Order: sequence, then structure tokens, then C-alpha cells
Amino acid sequence: MPILLDQIVIQTINGIVTGMILALVASGLTLIFGIMDVVNFAHGELFMLGAYVGVITIVATGSFWLALLVATLVIALLGAIIQVTTLRPLLGRDPLTTILATFGLSLVLQNYALWQFGPVARKIQEPFTGHFSLFYLDYPWYRLVIAGLSAAIIGALWLFLKFGTYGIWIRATTQDRVMASAMGIPVPWVHTAVFAIGAGMAAASGVLFGPLVGVNHAMGLDWVLKAFIVVVVGGMGNLGGSIAAAIFVSLLEAYASLWVSPAQAVIVSFVVLILTLLFRPTGLFVPTPK
Amino acid sequence: MSAGASPATPLVTVEGIHTYYGKSHILHGVSLEVGPGEVVGLLGRNGVGKSTTLKTVMGLVRPSQGEVRYEGGTITGLAPHRLARLGIGYVPEDRRIFRLLTVMENLRTGLDRTGVDDQRKQALLDKVYQYFPVLADRRNQAGGTLSGGEQQMLAIARAMMLEPKIILLDEPTEGLMPRMVSQIRQIIEALHREGVAILLVEQNVPLTLEACQRIYLMEKGMVRHQATAAALRADAAVIHQYMGV
Repeated sequence: MPILLDQIVIQTINGIVTGMILALVASGLTLIFGIMDVVNFAHGELFMLGAYVGVITIVATGSFWLALLVATLVIALLGAIIQVTTLRPLLGRDPLTTILATFGLSLVLQNYALWQFGPVARKIQEPFTGHFSLFYLDYPWYRLVIAGLSAAIIGALWLFLKFGTYGIWIRATTQDRVMASAMGIPVPWVHTAVFAIGAGMAAASGVLFGPLVGVNHAMGLDWVLKAFIVVVVGGMGNLGGSIAAAIFVSLLEAYASLWVSPAQAVIVSFVVLILTLLFRPTGLFVPTPK
Repeated sequence: MSAGASPATPLVTVEGIHTYYGKSHILHGVSLEVGPGEVVGLLGRNGVGKSTTLKTVMGLVRPSQGEVRYEGGTITGLAPHRLARLGIGYVPEDRRIFRLLTVMENLRTGLDRTGVDDQRKQALLDKVYQYFPVLADRRNQAGGTLSGGEQQMLAIARAMMLEPKIILLDEPTEGLMPRMVSQIRQIIEALHREGVAILLVEQNVPLTLEACQRIYLMEKGMVRHQATAAALRADAAVIHQYMGV
């Protein structure tokens, strides 16, 4: 079957939409890794719990946008509590201990969600249901809104990191934790704040993505796996690299699913991951380290 | 204690600190004090514990025994960021510039504190730019792209942003060209005129003798000798004994 131009255009748009959501999940993950060397295996569960908080808020208030806000804030707060109680005491220990701690946390959160909400997937109603015609498809506007909103959130994060006082604190702490504290930066609280920001971003993406897939206790697994791939391909701890890698990998998968089923297209991500680890272990989108 | 040289209430007092790195015992009961506005030198060969003494004062390593006092109150075990806010500036041996931050952002790490209004921030910036004009020229350049001497100036300027009462200065002239060394010397003098106390760790004996009022000589994790700089200038044998020069 020949590939038509319209299919390529559609898959490009699909790739960018999933890429932006993935970038939103991955940028929190990479920020957390960059600043405290913690690989947060519970990130997918923060994404999932964010979606559930969204569901609850929508049921209670009927407002999708309020749900997005509430989920972000609630999960950011949960992230802060998790960081203070679980990760702060482990700072400076063997990375394995934080991996085990966050992995344990992910199991707890996942099973809590299963116990609390049951195995049946919940649905988040998209805030509007308009379509526009794209070749032979009725393409939902909402998907483009997701991409736009994700880009806006990431853009806001970037501006905050670039110009804000606390953004400078975060970047200074990422580069040299000890010197940052000697300059009067309260490093333990910067860590907590970054974890909260990452958790809030994961929750926001959970709510935004909820209408496309349905909300269940295991929805975080796929995403966190992909987010890890993206974080490694983009260069551990490199925010810009992660965002570029999220879009790159999602586009590749979208194009691959022109030929094979979407489930098989996932293989492409892993191939990219393995090639990156073999040939450019510092990440595809970072300048060669000096 | 050398009479008259040390003021009545010291700014920083280090009393009998023992510090370990893992199992190796680095400091064996170091005691010293720095008066308000006083420039005090800490001389000794490599590896005698000079840098560790500074790190212990800054709270970067925790002494297993002994006490560090600041303005009369104990600060042993306080987090470094609290000490920085209390007015202790730290310029480490390896400078530790935030390499990916611009010069301006490096300065802002110390400048953006609560209780400093824009006017005072500008005054502080103007002051360091006057001392170090090169930093003004490079304010939007990444710290990692500066030369060694410029990085040293940035490290000192960054500590000055905290408006410290004391700066712990760890081998500021190490690896610098002679022209830079004399510039560092002038900065120490300028800080002294402003009333900032300095605890200066150095290997450069002539500079230390010129810049400091009092000097402690360290050997094997202990302070072995202390004297006024004037006394040491007249007594080369002591310097020779502890520095091997």
C-alpha cells in the first residue's frame, strides 16, 4: 500500500500531540533526576492519580479546567509530602535505595488506586467535542488543544527556570548542590519544590490525556516507561533534550504505525533507546560533553 | 593569644574541632578565632587540614567533636544555607562557579534574598562591578567560559553578594598569573577597609604576610603556632619550619 501525503500529515500531527504530552511527563522526570539524582519510578502513578483527582473534581463540579487545576495542585502537594517523608532522608545514599523507595511507592499508589476506584476504567469527558476535517478524518480540536496546553506549560516552566529567582536556585542546585547551599540557597526545600513541580506536571498531563484513553490504575505504566526512554535518549537531566526526544520518539512511532500496528510501533522507541545507549550514552540532543 | 591583636568578642571562634572524612581523622582539635573585620591567615603545607577547617566552619563537614561559634552563639551542625544567611561567605579552593549560569545569574544566587530591595541589589552589583570591571563586561556570559582568574573574581564577587561579615577564602591565588595575584591582594585590602573579616587559607607566604594581621600555622591537623604577621615577617625560621620554604 503506498503511503499518501495525507497520512503522513495526520501522523505528524498525532506524533506531535502525543509527543507534547510525553514531554510534559518526561520534563518533570528529568528535572527531578537532574537535581537530586533520583530516578522516580512513582512518576507514572502521580500521572495516574492526577487523572483520578481530575475525574473526582469533574464529577463534583462539572468543570474540566477546574479539574486540571485541582489535580495539579493536589498532586504537587502529594509530591512534596512524598519527597519530605521518603526521599529527603535518603539524600546522598546509594541511588539504588531511592530506586527501591520510589518503586515501592509506585506499587503502593497503584494498589491504593485499585482499592479505592476499582478496576473499571473511568472516563474524563473532554471539555469540548468539536472536530475539524482533515482530509478524510474528523480530527478532534481537543487533541490540538492538548498539544498547545502542554507546550504552554512547558514554556512557562522554561521561563520560570530561566528568569525566576527560584528558577536560578533550581539550576544552581542542579549544577552544584554544595556550593548552592553555601550561597544561602535552602537546598532541601529546593529539592522538595522540584519534586512537587514534577508531580504537578505529571498530574496535569494525566488529566489532559484522560479523555483519550480512559483512567485506570495501571495507566501510568506505559507512560512512565516511555518517559524513561525519552529521558535517556534526551540525556539524563537535560530538560531541552527530553522535550526534543519526546517529540522525536513520538513522531517515529507515529510514522512507524503507517506500516505496522501501533502496538508494534512501540518497538521503534526501544530501538532508539538501545542505539542511543550504544552510540551516544550521554543523550542524542546534548552537545558532545567537554 | 597574642595580646592586643585580637578584639574582645571574636566574630568566629573555632574550639577544639575534630573532623573525620570517613575513617581518616583530618582535624585533631583545631582552635582559632577571627575578630570582627580582622584578616586572619591560615598557613601550612598541603593536606594539613586548612581547607577542611574552612569547610567545617561553613557547615559543609560536621565536626565529631568541638564547637564553632559565630557572634557568640554556637553554629555547629547548622546547615550551610543558614550560615550563609547569617553572614558567612565561602570562596572554595576550586571556585565552584555555576558553570552553566551566566555571571549575572551566579551573582543572583547570593543576591536574591528576602529583605534586599532593588536599590540595594543595584548598589551591591555596582560595587562588585567597580572592583571587577571584567565581570560587568561578561555579565551575560556563562560562568564556565571565564578564565581561571575571572572565575576567581566571580567566586569572590558572588560571596560578596551575601553582604557577609566574614569571608572564608580558600587559596584564592592558586594557579593565577602574578598580575591576578596582586589584584586579589587589592580585593582583600578593599574588603578589609569595608570591615569584612577574612579567614584566608593560602600557600602564598608573602601575600599572606602582607594581607593578614594575624596568622595561624597548621601542621598535621593541628594549629601549631600563631603570631601577628609583623612578628612572622621578622622571623623567617618559623615560616621555614612549617612551610618548608
